[in-house]
Amino acid sequence: MQISIQLNGRKITEDVRPDLLLIDWVREHGCYSVKRGCETSNCGLCTVFLDEKPVLSCSVLAARADGHRVDTLEGLQEEASEFGAFIADQGAEQCGFCNPGMIMNAIALFRENVDPTDDEIREYLAGNLCRCSGYEGQLRGIRAFIEYKKKGGAVCRQ
Amino acid sequence: MLKIKEYVRAESLKQAYELNQKRGNRIVGGILWMRMSSAQIQTAIDLASLGLDQIEEKEEEFSIGCMVTLRQLELHEELNRLSQGIIRDSVKDIVGVQFRNLATIGGSLFGRFGFSDVLTCFLALDTYVELYQGGIIPLAEFADRERDNDILVRVIVKKTPGRHVYLAHRNTKTDFPVLTAALLLDADGARAVVGARPQKAMCVKIEDMWKEKLENGSCTPEELKKLAETLAAQIPTGSNMRAGAEYRKHLAKVLLRRGLADLQKDGGKQNAD
Amino acid sequence: MQTVGQPIRKKDAMALVTGQPVFTEDMAPKDCLIVKVLRSPHANAVVKSIKTDIAKKVPGIEDIYTWEDVPQQRFTMAGQTYPEPSPYDRLILDRHVRYVGDPVAIVAGENELCVDRALKMIKVEYEVLPALLDFRAAKDHELLVHPEDNWRSLCPVGADNTRNLCASDRTQDGDVDVVLADCDVVVEGTYHVQAAQQAMMETFRTVCYIDMYGRLNVMSSTQIVFHVRRILSNALGIPKSKIRAWKPRIGGGFGAKQTVVAEVFPAFVTWKTKKPSKMIFTREESQTASTPRHEMEVTVKVGANRDGRIRAIDVYTLSNTGAYGEHGPTTVGLSGHKSIPLYGSLEAHRFAYDVVYTNVMSAGAYRGYGATQGIFAVESAVNELAQKLGMDPVELRFKNMVREGQTMPAYYGETAASCALDRCMKRAKEMIGWDEKYPCKDMGNGKVRSVGVAMAMQGSGISGVDVGSATIKLNEDGIYTLSIAAADMGTGCDTILAQMEAQCLDCSMEDIIVSGADTDTSPYDSGSYASSTTYVTGRAVERACEKLRERIEKRASELLECDVCELEFDGQTAKNLSNGRTVTLEEIGTASMCGNNVALQVTESHSSPVSPPPFMVGMVEIELDQETGHVEILDYAAVVDCGTVVNPNLARVQVEGGLVQGIGMALYEQIQYNEKGQMLNNSFMQYKVPTRLDMGKLRVEFESSYEPSGPFGAKSIGEIVINTPAPALAHAIANATGIWFKELPITSEKIAMGIEGQCE
Repeated sequence: MQISIQLNGRKITEDVRPDLLLIDWVREHGCYSVKRGCETSNCGLCTVFLDEKPVLSCSVLAARADGHRVDTLEGLQEEASEFGAFIADQGAEQCGFCNPGMIMNAIALFRENVDPTDDEIREYLAGNLCRCSGYEGQLRGIRAFIEYKKKGGAVCRQ
Repeated sequence: MLKIKEYVRAESLKQAYELNQKRGNRIVGGILWMRMSSAQIQTAIDLASLGLDQIEEKEEEFSIGCMVTLRQLELHEELNRLSQGIIRDSVKDIVGVQFRNLATIGGSLFGRFGFSDVLTCFLALDTYVELYQGGIIPLAEFADRERDNDILVRVIVKKTPGRHVYLAHRNTKTDFPVLTAALLLDADGARAVVGARPQKAMCVKIEDMWKEKLENGSCTPEELKKLAETLAAQIPTGSNMRAGAEYRKHLAKVLLRRGLADLQKDGGKQNAD
Repeated sequence: MQTVGQPIRKKDAMALVTGQPVFTEDMAPKDCLIVKVLRSPHANAVVKSIKTDIAKKVPGIEDIYTWEDVPQQRFTMAGQTYPEPSPYDRLILDRHVRYVGDPVAIVAGENELCVDRALKMIKVEYEVLPALLDFRAAKDHELLVHPEDNWRSLCPVGADNTRNLCASDRTQDGDVDVVLADCDVVVEGTYHVQAAQQAMMETFRTVCYIDMYGRLNVMSSTQIVFHVRRILSNALGIPKSKIRAWKPRIGGGFGAKQTVVAEVFPAFVTWKTKKPSKMIFTREESQTASTPRHEMEVTVKVGANRDGRIRAIDVYTLSNTGAYGEHGPTTVGLSGHKSIPLYGSLEAHRFAYDVVYTNVMSAGAYRGYGATQGIFAVESAVNELAQKLGMDPVELRFKNMVREGQTMPAYYGETAASCALDRCMKRAKEMIGWDEKYPCKDMGNGKVRSVGVAMAMQGSGISGVDVGSATIKLNEDGIYTLSIAAADMGTGCDTILAQMEAQCLDCSMEDIIVSGADTDTSPYDSGSYASSTTYVTGRAVERACEKLRERIEKRASELLECDVCELEFDGQTAKNLSNGRTVTLEEIGTASMCGNNVALQVTESHSSPVSPPPFMVGMVEIELDQETGHVEILDYAAVVDCGTVVNPNLARVQVEGGLVQGIGMALYEQIQYNEKGQMLNNSFMQYKVPTRLDMGKLRVEFESSYEPSGPFGAKSIGEIVINTPAPALAHAIANATGIWFKELPITSEKIAMGIEGQCE
């Protein structure tokens, strides 16, 4: 069947199998940041934006995304490096495998709530597993980023 | 691995219903459960283009389209005001925001899953489901029915004033519940709903003699304990990977007692852990 | 110091946070065969017949292999120094399958769809045998997991396949029975730790291809490139010269990737077909057919006098290695050798163990490597001893903990040359507010708050065995390349080692290019395990820098036309002290490319005769709901002595990560088998690793000793960090409930039902 998805601002029209998952479709189109970590929708590694909402791309049919907009970290590089630098300053990006999904979801959080409490941060990111860092370093990085933004740090949004 | 031969974005409920009568065809909601099956689906019927992803507030009721996500329910101010936050309470611990942006109320209720927080919660509200073929029936009646090829189009929650409490116990914060419990006290009476037993949620009526005392907040701790035990005794529990039947029975008493204490104050506060 | 001791960003940090395609699957060739295996549904069976002809006809299938197609010499999949202590008990495909999930056939095809179809069409007839699922009954059981004649054990570890023994031994110092009989108080307990999964976010995966010389190239998510080369050589029966193994960025390991889990299958396919292939384990396979922590039952006896002097410790460990023996003989040793030595003044100790085969998933290496299980047992017993003595458990430890300078008879006779355990205990006590909170406080609302404590140790590399090496080269432009085969799996060892180099050579981090593990080009390194990289490979880096500096000065002296002793080199410039002429590092680098006889490249290998233990203390405060049994972690204070802290950020994150894994193991993570031997916790839906809501607040500090044999005084930190949560939490739970739980995980159900049981 034919589908048309706007991926990171570029419209892609092509034939796909009806049961093709969005995670496989985006990876086929070079979005390698989107990782697969499980088969049961539990880990959050595959988080992408579907019409600007964070979703698990492993649990969306590419066909469902037909006519919609999908964003991955590849299309958010400036925001990712700006925020990611704060994670890097904690050493909290250990193996890095959970990072793209976590950073996507963190960007979604910042867009929804510019000044979240620690509890709000944890709850929003609860669906993003990490096995390396023990989560605290990610929280420190997020806190530092939020302070930086409150003091007027700039970011370019697409 | 999910196998689908054909995918159709339904253009009308009629079309969706007709397609759904054929063996091997399935309605797809949030596919979170479906994607784990190795089922071979002939035609996947998607209701995504039928405007069923809205929560409409009417004079006497809320009309919730079947494609409304759990996240939408979580954030909906008015629904949560009506339910004293139990709708938010029941979904906020489910896996994560990304998951809840996909899981639909239709999918959650149609499955009548044992582990369903959503089913437990909505059974403690004045809830009806609108079926394409079967019309509007109370959720409790729907919950007792077997799965069939009808379509759950909408969920209707009447704006019946009342007090509501939701509690659940989980082994980890975002895991399936080990037990769920919800309580309702309104003009018609009071009931308890217990789910994830591991069987699906069931309702137990609270005897009318308790209604006034609960309304006044005048039950003693001993009375609350006794009442919780009486209710729990009517709820069969079982064992699975997450917990044993005996622990669930024990938890039922604890959660119901705590829920009743909150209910008689003014409802709304969940106090499981 | 300008780089060592600084919280420097990892070299790969920005690549990771911007999602660059640097992992195995990202770098696989576009067209390569997809490799999967058909797995046994039975815990113990023999393949009577296997029919693949119909499956082979599926369009796109390259080939399907069975036990008849593979070499018949047994090997081990354990990543260890040769000769490996782990038994040679594996075949690529065995006719006898020994656990649910044991591979029965390899399928290679053009795409996943055709491979999945073909898998369903393979017809296998099994002779199902009774399965040995109870590790307590395994020793000398009539059912043998490895009855075959060609089973081999290369080292004297007490292995005997005719008794289902993978290893067995006993060591002692003094007469433990006599001393225990003389003690005023003896605590005895049997502690059961289930298997646990490393559950790193990136599952096992390998890509193979044939290079222009006709050699097998293996790109794998592995911690052990050189061992992979040897293991594949053994498995395939081809010379090591025909194999190259290298690693890209790895999405976590924790020891899981210290065993060859996936590699052997695509390696076989590519060697046979000469086509590129890849194999990516599903999460289900990574949960059910991988290499988890060894299930252990540890029986401890601790004896003391009324005055609080701990006089004897007796430990017996029964370890379940599962269907194959990887890391079986070695993990068990740590359960005694890295728990008992925490107590410095014992009159006697004894440590005995048996490691048994059973028909469950084969266990392997997981952070802590046996010490975790042993420390859970010993620290729990000591906490119970404190209660029996009516003594504060912190005071009891101050009285008895190992001190700097003491010899440790239970730790291979080594001396604790660097030990700040006492300062760790003192600081942790302050941080948590121990005196105000011990043992517990009833909150009046059905909840109780309490505290718990545990000490831990580990090692730093395997003494006399682990080899770390570094090759450092000065290039034109004054840039250095640091070539290592230690595997950065997210830990940041690439960065840590570069920090050491920058410190030694007085250069900046930006001037160092780190090139990772590749058997063709890296100097030999045992690999990243046993907490060896900072301590062992770090010393190799130090030594290589020293030698390279000499060479640089030699070349500089030629350029400056003076004697080496007449010049001064500050890392950037060499100055002739007699006439003031200078030459820059760039000029020296350039000069290495013309008319030069002084190679500005040095390789050094290092192996240490000792393995200095890092030490730490963990203290936890919990709030326990007496009715639901729920444990909420309020605060966790961890104070670590890892010697000099090379990178405070990375060290702290190591601790935090290990604490959360330890919390998972203590409270949430289960590996359960049904009566058919099927592992039930086969997904993240059923195996609950902690989310960020399940861990409470963590606070980490360091009390550094100085280890003279370590680079810049450093020891290690990689494994010790997982060892305190289980005993500390069990202690806090005991203080809150009066119940000493001796089996992990301690679930809310066990607590609630335990309390109920007490009330009756």
